[in-house]
Amino acid sequence: MSAAPDGAGRAVSGGAVKGAGEAGGERAGTGTPVLEVRDLVVHHGQLRALDAVSFGVFPGEVYAIIGANGAGKSTLLRTIAGLHSPTTGSVLFDGADVTRRRPERRARQGIVMVPEGRRLFGSLSVEENLRVGATYARRGPWTIERVYETFGWMRERRNQSAAQLSGGEQQAVAIGRALVGNPRVLLLDELSLGLAPVVVQRIYGMLPQILAAGLTVLLVEQDVSQALRVASHIHCLLEGRTTLEGTPASVTADQVEAAYFGLAGTAAPGAAPEGSEP
Amino acid sequence: MAWVNAIIQGVLTGGLYALFACGLSLMFGVMKVVNLAHGDLAVVAGYIAIGVITVTHVPVLWSFLIVVPVMAALGYALQRTVIQGALDRSVLTTLLVTFGLSVVIENALLQFFTANSRAIGTGLPLVSGSFSLGSQIQIAYLLVVIFAVAVVVLLGLQYFLSASRYGRLIRAVADDREAAQLAGADHRHVFGIAAAVAFGTVALAGLAYGMYSQLSPTTGTDTILLFAFAAVVIGGLGSLWGTLLGGVVLGVAQQIGAQINISYEVLAGYLVFLAVLVLRPQGLTSRRAGA
Repeated sequence: MSAAPDGAGRAVSGGAVKGAGEAGGERAGTGTPVLEVRDLVVHHGQLRALDAVSFGVFPGEVYAIIGANGAGKSTLLRTIAGLHSPTTGSVLFDGADVTRRRPERRARQGIVMVPEGRRLFGSLSVEENLRVGATYARRGPWTIERVYETFGWMRERRNQSAAQLSGGEQQAVAIGRALVGNPRVLLLDELSLGLAPVVVQRIYGMLPQILAAGLTVLLVEQDVSQALRVASHIHCLLEGRTTLEGTPASVTADQVEAAYFGLAGTAAPGAAPEGSEP
Repeated sequence: MAWVNAIIQGVLTGGLYALFACGLSLMFGVMKVVNLAHGDLAVVAGYIAIGVITVTHVPVLWSFLIVVPVMAALGYALQRTVIQGALDRSVLTTLLVTFGLSVVIENALLQFFTANSRAIGTGLPLVSGSFSLGSQIQIAYLLVVIFAVAVVVLLGLQYFLSASRYGRLIRAVADDREAAQLAGADHRHVFGIAAAVAFGTVALAGLAYGMYSQLSPTTGTDTILLFAFAAVVIGGLGSLWGTLLGGVVLGVAQQIGAQINISYEVLAGYLVFLAVLVLRPQGLTSRRAGA
């Protein structure tokens, strides 16, 4: 399966990069952002893990957060899911401020995260994991049945303990568990972590199918080439700050490299594009 | 024949101990709370039953239909307020809080009901009667009924945990609270449900003991809590059927001890408890479940 041709098309049309944060209307994803982050500052104790990060994700997009280890990517996703409280700044879902909402309420309203390291319920079977995901589900196209159709092997092994699966299989179940909740925004945290490249390819290959059901994806990925392949928009973090933002087509490899490692001459497009964000 | 009798009586008493233990085991398995007020709450259930019977003159068994839901509701309320508040600080804080709860309950019972012990008088032949096996073995109907109730409760708990929606959520939250939150589950509510179920079994334990023996304000800690602990540790933490096995082992040890010398009854139980702690600290059933 090829990587999201859909995303590539959008990338071309989304030409303008600079200031994409505030001029979101220029992106193919039209209307208002389904998810928006404004001037987010998050601390881990003394450490400023995120520093004034802002962006908006539009319906139907695959928005990828890239960056090195410790750049604050996972913290960002966990804050959006409600597992961390920001020091300042806000998270908006459908225009409503959800910054103080508990994670389970956000999940029920449609922000569902596939956490880093899969985090399946080890003493539950595959099907029970999916059922937990479906307990507080919104109405929508995804059912346990549909997950079984999407991941063919799963039905046969639905009564197995989730702990017995391989890493790639667990990742698929974790994605299925999130999908049956019928999220509007799916947060994917480091899908590729600890998985063989071929497995990663296969899992990212499922993305178009998932997107076809009409949801928006915000993902975090350390593997830049993987992110560039699937994303319609990328956002690079370095030590908690935004260093680059744009469509994969509009950024050069050098720019990405500079933004990723924090090399000199980070005069890349979109460096600190959030300046004028309200 | 006396030994056979001891073993039979021990096994049957084990049902009572399993009833003591399963609520404690459930609370620990799900929220890692060691509820030191466990026994006192069982005694409270017994006193409520006595109160309900005295005031309303309903038949004894009807009073149970009131007591069990009342205790379950109390479990939910306590979990959502006092215990959850302690859990949010640290698991160790729950020890202090439930210990405090235990002291408060005991003193309140002393204050209002004096130190006199009371039994739940039923007047039912099924409760006071017994039948003979051979010439030397007398078996009380009540113990058989309690044993049967314990087995039914454990079966019910197992079914609840494995097949019901809340049972599944309880196991999920016990496995990974954060992941359960990401699936939309409010762990505080799920913990509340688990506590309600646990308190329901606690109520049954108190009622059973109130009919089998006598309740006094200190029975909760000096008998029910300690025997529950022993049964849970012998059987293995977090394992439901382990609590039955633990209860039976404890009961048999006590009865055999009593057979040797009546003053060894309690001691023999604790010696087995100690031996298991030393030789097999994970308990007799080493299957990890829920924890």
